[in-house]
Amino acid sequence: MTPTAAPLLTVRDLRVVIGGKHILHGVDLEVAASGTTAVLGRNGAGKTTTVRGILGLVPRTGSVLLAGEETVRLATHALVRRGIGYAPEDRGVFASLSVAENLRLAERPGAGEPAYDLVHTLFPELRRRARQAAGTLSGGQQQMVAIARTLLNGNRLIIADEPTKGLAPKVVTEVAQVLERAAEAVPVLLVEQNLALVRRLARHCVVLAAGRTAHQGPAADLLADAEAARRLLAVGSTGGTGSTGTGSTGTGSTGGTGPGAIGGTGDTGAGGTGSIGIAGGTGAIGGTGTAGRTGGAGSPTAGSPVRTAARPAARTTEADA
Amino acid sequence: MSTVVLLTFTGLGLGALYFLVASGLSLIFGLMDVLNFAHGALLSVGAYGTWWAASGHLPGAGSGGAGFVLAVVFGTAVGTVSAVVLELAVIRPLYTRPREQILATVGVGLAVPALLSAIWGSDARPFPGPKALSGTFAVLGAEVPLNRTVLIGAALAVLGALKLFLSRTRHGLVVRAGVEDRAMVTALGIDVRKAFTLVFAIGGAAAALGGALGGLYFGSVDPEQGTSLLIFAFVVVVTGGMGSLTGAALASVAVGLVQQFANYYTTAGLGDLAVVVLLAALLLVRPRGLTGRLA
Repeated sequence: MTPTAAPLLTVRDLRVVIGGKHILHGVDLEVAASGTTAVLGRNGAGKTTTVRGILGLVPRTGSVLLAGEETVRLATHALVRRGIGYAPEDRGVFASLSVAENLRLAERPGAGEPAYDLVHTLFPELRRRARQAAGTLSGGQQQMVAIARTLLNGNRLIIADEPTKGLAPKVVTEVAQVLERAAEAVPVLLVEQNLALVRRLARHCVVLAAGRTAHQGPAADLLADAEAARRLLAVGSTGGTGSTGTGSTGTGSTGGTGPGAIGGTGDTGAGGTGSIGIAGGTGAIGGTGTAGRTGGAGSPTAGSPVRTAARPAARTTEADA
Repeated sequence: MSTVVLLTFTGLGLGALYFLVASGLSLIFGLMDVLNFAHGALLSVGAYGTWWAASGHLPGAGSGGAGFVLAVVFGTAVGTVSAVVLELAVIRPLYTRPREQILATVGVGLAVPALLSAIWGSDARPFPGPKALSGTFAVLGAEVPLNRTVLIGAALAVLGALKLFLSRTRHGLVVRAGVEDRAMVTALGIDVRKAFTLVFAIGGAAAALGGALGGLYFGSVDPEQGTSLLIFAFVVVVTGGMGSLTGAALASVAVGLVQQFANYYTTAGLGDLAVVVLLAALLLVRPRGLTGRLA
């Protein structure tokens, strides 16, 4: 996106109060008209609530402009039909329905042919498992269903809320590839804790903290600035303990130099994003190891010199928010 | 033996009546989280609509043959329209206020019988059913009233039609998905409120049909019929698993049979108690009811 291009989605002063508790205190963000915009922040910062607020899934006030049109008073279904594909944090798969039925629900009668060719090209497994109950799929396969539903229509915006959460490293890479491909055609709003994935996919990022926008700007700038990343994301203060060293010198080392990890975010024993070193040009996308012990063992993806970010020690830096 | 056969058919007939009320109740709760205490009133509307038409007030309708079928269709249609009006005028404005919603449906559930009493009196009115259905047929030495089989047949037809609707149509798919996760259905761009109205219409139609045919079963209509059946329909819904059609069907049969047999072989009235004990025992073992899932 050029700096002058108008954003596709502009959110101003988004506030959400649930059960008398203020969750969002006024979030501002813009989603660029192309590429991926990442929403970052610690657990509890309000990332998911922001997405749900944008979609009207929770009562909200403020302004949500989609391509210049105010949508804050629209019902969720009416807003979504204006061209939004949404893959929620819990994947939102209907467990008792088959894969084919889950996809059929995302069809929008009267809004053009659903893009089953694209979906089946990206996820051939979904065609093979069309009649299987979605509740019996693995986490990765359920995520494929969730993302496939966003691709079925000619959407103007895709919103993916932590699509790699709780997935095995190999699946994380697959999901990343699909999102990368999707973002070539459609702008993506990506909520993600996996900084290596953000590094790979996002051009822009928004950092939330305590229900407010703490930072907006190019993703690369934030991730390159270890001090800013630590301050905004509160990660990696003990990254040094995870030093893999492996005899490297200079820029390659992931250890003591950088924020090191945003890992083991306390989701669940088996959940949470894996460890990721973001300093020194590491590009490992850490998935979830079983019990989170093998966090950084994900496959290298970014073009930069890859040094898998560390074994268990590097995952410990962000207990929870 | 003949007593057992007769009790079985009577129990199944009663179960069929329960199913006609409970199927809609279960779908409405499963999809919308609405406890519709006015559902019994829809049965009463259907019963009185049919009675009114079959008594000669509706041209072409009557107490026999095609005239009676027309009367049943009329009663069912009036019940369906009433259900839609109820959903649009009372339930929809109160979606975000469940407590007020319960009070409102309880209010409608009380007001409708009162209205029927005010217009036609509180005494039971003889139901003008066709002569062909007033006879009996012999099974294993028992003389079983024909009207039981009409109710059982109607309930089976409604069960089959609902299952086809849920499994084969897009609206049915939306309902099944909505029972699981309503918010996600809207997040896929589907106006789930249309499904609400549709489910209310279907539930109202089934209950009104139950009212129309219940007139045959009981031989009369009275304003409180729906209210008294509603209690057992709720027992059926909870026993079968909230939102489950198959569960409602199984539970209807169980509740109808237990009630009939217990009432006959113990003291009259103990059957009603037995049903509640059955429910409590089941919930202790299976808190989500027999099935806990839809269709």
